[in-house]
Amino acid sequence: MSRIGVFICHCGENISRTVDVEQVAAQAALMPGVAFAVDYKYMCSDPGQNLVKNAITEHRLTHVVVAACSPRMHERTFRKAVEQAGLNPFLCEMANIREHCSWVHEDREEATDKAIEIVGMLVERVKKNRVLPTITVPVTKRALVIGGGIAGIQAALDIADAGHQVVLVEREPSIGGHMAQLSETFPTLDCSQCIMTPKMVDVANHPNITLHTYSEIEQVDGYIGNFQITVRKKARSVDEHKCTGCGVCMTKCPQKKIPNSFDCNLGTRTAIYVPFPQAVPNVPVIDRENCTMFKSGKCGVCQKACGPGAVDFEQQDQLIVEPVGAIVVSTGFELYRITEKTKGSPIKGYGEFGHGKIPDVIDGMTFERLASASGPTGGKIQRPSDGKEPKQVVFIQCVGSRSREKGISYCSKVCCMYTAKHTMLYHHKVHDGQAYVFFMDARVPGKSYDEFWRRAIEDEEAVYIRGMVSRLYQKGDKIVVMGSDISVGVQVEIEADLVVLATAVQPQKGADLLAQKLGISYDKYNFYSEAHAKLRPVECATAGIYLAGACQGPKDIPDTVSQASAAAAKVMTLFAKDKLEREPIVARVKESGCVGCFACKKVCAYGAIEEKEIRDRQGNLVKVVAYVNPGVCAGCGTCQATCPSKSVELDGYTDEQIVAMIEAL
Amino acid sequence: MHSEKPKHDFEPKIIAFVCTWCTYAGADLAGTSRMQYPSNVRVLKFPCTGRIDPVFILKAFQQGADGILVSGCHPGDCHYIAGNYHARRRFAVFRKLLEFIGVDLNRIQFSWVSAAEGGKWVEVVTDLTERVRAMGPMVEFKDLVLEEQWSGNLNNPELQAVYEAM
Ligand SMILES: Cc1cc2nc3c(=O)[nH]c(=O)nc-3n(C[C@H](O)[C@H](O)[C@H](O)COP(=O)(O)OP(=O)(O)OC[C@H]3O[C@@H](n4cnc5c(N)ncnc54)[C@H](O)[C@@H]3O)c2cc1C
Ligand code: SF4
Ligand code: SF4
Ligand code: FES
Repeated sequence: MSRIGVFICHCGENISRTVDVEQVAAQAALMPGVAFAVDYKYMCSDPGQNLVKNAITEHRLTHVVVAACSPRMHERTFRKAVEQAGLNPFLCEMANIREHCSWVHEDREEATDKAIEIVGMLVERVKKNRVLPTITVPVTKRALVIGGGIAGIQAALDIADAGHQVVLVEREPSIGGHMAQLSETFPTLDCSQCIMTPKMVDVANHPNITLHTYSEIEQVDGYIGNFQITVRKKARSVDEHKCTGCGVCMTKCPQKKIPNSFDCNLGTRTAIYVPFPQAVPNVPVIDRENCTMFKSGKCGVCQKACGPGAVDFEQQDQLIVEPVGAIVVSTGFELYRITEKTKGSPIKGYGEFGHGKIPDVIDGMTFERLASASGPTGGKIQRPSDGKEPKQVVFIQCVGSRSREKGISYCSKVCCMYTAKHTMLYHHKVHDGQAYVFFMDARVPGKSYDEFWRRAIEDEEAVYIRGMVSRLYQKGDKIVVMGSDISVGVQVEIEADLVVLATAVQPQKGADLLAQKLGISYDKYNFYSEAHAKLRPVECATAGIYLAGACQGPKDIPDTVSQASAAAAKVMTLFAKDKLEREPIVARVKESGCVGCFACKKVCAYGAIEEKEIRDRQGNLVKVVAYVNPGVCAGCGTCQATCPSKSVELDGYTDEQIVAMIEAL
Repeated sequence: MHSEKPKHDFEPKIIAFVCTWCTYAGADLAGTSRMQYPSNVRVLKFPCTGRIDPVFILKAFQQGADGILVSGCHPGDCHYIAGNYHARRRFAVFRKLLEFIGVDLNRIQFSWVSAAEGGKWVEVVTDLTERVRAMGPMVEFKDLVLEEQWSGNLNNPELQAVYEAM
């Protein structure tokens, strides 16, 4: 027989103004199973909580219903209080008579009736509540970082410096990401390589960091504190342990004309290559598609040239399983390509800009490579078609971005600033050149940003034209830029030698596939979604997974680094405990009823449901049933509503509890 | 605003099955914003719309509900990734069954109300209440229960058929 205590709060006057709390208490006292009912001015206050605790002991209460505000507000408070009085916290429920009653109804009689009914429902429900033990799971204090751009590098270093092991997985042959490609960086114009490469070297040398480059995530199993990650280490064809990084192989390779994507295809590389001289690790990789040995079975020049015998044409992909407790996703971005409409994506392409067919129309990243001292031109601004120094350069902002028609409605955030930077770099290098910028607005909030942008106009004489470009076409060796200056309302036509497009920042290709492996959510553009835009900006809704950098939304370096350090801090918070406590609202299978149809397994978005064999004493297989891993289960209850034999049940939301509430109506 | 509120002959019982993350929070927001709506609705909180078994709707009708609201996060916003998609699919099939057994589908409302949509919660609840009030008490199903002695048993053959269709 249950002895329920009902505690009705006045919430100052917030409830008692419209709800007759004394009457609710009087009615509650008459409900079957209720042993004690009382109202009080502020139930959540210290004396209020003590009232609950004392009543539990005094009246030997078995269950508690607190009729007050929303459980989203104070369920935790009261469950803790109840626990302190020796009851299982899950034997306490809240009846929401404030947000759902006193605040939304004016009629005192109606509101009081409704409050009584709400209390009645919760009284019936709480009778069916079961004691639920808190679930604790062990934590593997080892982190996985996916993507080795500045975000991943920063997060990995922070976590490693805190004394934890980190596994860093990078898809490309070297870490560094886009920042390694940049020439100089706003707002200070310091050289990107100079601030980036020392960090890359720190990663390589850190005793706590295991680096897997040229590798991808194959499979993700497990849950917060206990993930098992299968990493595919793609065959590099060069033994990382034997290679000394001398680079002799690259000087001998006969394939010398392969466009180097690190240089935005401006320069060339060999088939055995490192993407750039400061690559980490400094170990070449053979691009099997372009290697003569792989194409025709003859060559092997690099192998003969390699002193330590590191070249290995037979090398296979390797699958490595890494146990980790937390994951930081930092896969960054790529740039919108104007060339054509991308299949299956909302992106439309720019026919009016020649669909990428005019060689001297380049994107911002290509300009970075042109301006970079370590780039293919040694930092000289030369246009791709004929190597001439351009005297008139037109920069166009918001290409793709902020344009619903082109398929992207968001702002890419970094283009205003890097275009201003480009005009400065250009002017520093080509003193008699003129830069023009077509822009919609200048969005340059950020420390020292507005000053920087003004400098481009005031000191570096860039001409800013507010308006859009409607068409680009080749005329002789010039590109005609047709646009409008909306501030004065005239058409403008500029004959340019080079056009630089600030194309939109988009998530990496395949970002959605990685998200599906990880079980994290993403928006319609494939940017990964944080758990809460304001209050949980670096956590995913999936426990134990955190976000850093441009994979979550367009970001500049300062924001990327801040988010990466924040994600690292979250990981360290998780690692500060040996065991993790979590709410025991998880599903459980009643094995006797389970028919092994696994309808539940199909609907579980978390992969929490496994197949379990039941054997008799002789070891013969009796049947295969579903098993819910309580560490993985997120507690949505979708399996329960799906199970045809009603054999899986979500603790805290059992059919019994819900039907009890309905029947109380 | 309701001071001169007209009294009605019939006050319907409305049961709302909502997920905790979006619609429950949306209803909380309506409260914090002191919006006003008819007091007919009783809210049952679920972790996710994915947990809502169609049987609960039958049960509620049997218990005297005149109108039912099922509401959760907008598609794509489910806190549990895809629970609301499963719910949507499930209820699409379930509606057919209800229609077949003679329930006027105007008594049931499926909607998405986010944690930010206190106003939409008020709108949805008010509309449903007024609509059902105009329709009068729900009798069909109660009669049906009496006639066929439906036990409310959760795994009878009809329901099995529905589950299989899902
Ligand atoms: C033209 C241009 C100029 C810019 N100039 C500046 C500037 O001057 N100042 C400034 O503050 N910001 C600038 N930015 C912004 C800056 O580039 C970004 O803020 C920064 O690079 C974001 O870092 P990230 O690590 O998040 O992403 P990224 O640099 O994109 O790094 C992501 C990494 O993850 C890897 N990866 C991707 N997918 C996977 C996968 N599935 N598995 C494993 N690894 C994966 C990638 O290979 C890459 O190494 C500029 C941007 C552009 C486009
Ligand atoms: S628990 Fe239910 S849904 Fe899952 S396998 Fe068993 S019978 Fe099928
Ligand atoms: S409650 Fe949800 S998360 Fe847990 S096993 Fe069932 S479907 Fe999966
Ligand atoms: S949590 Fe709201 S519908 Fe799934």
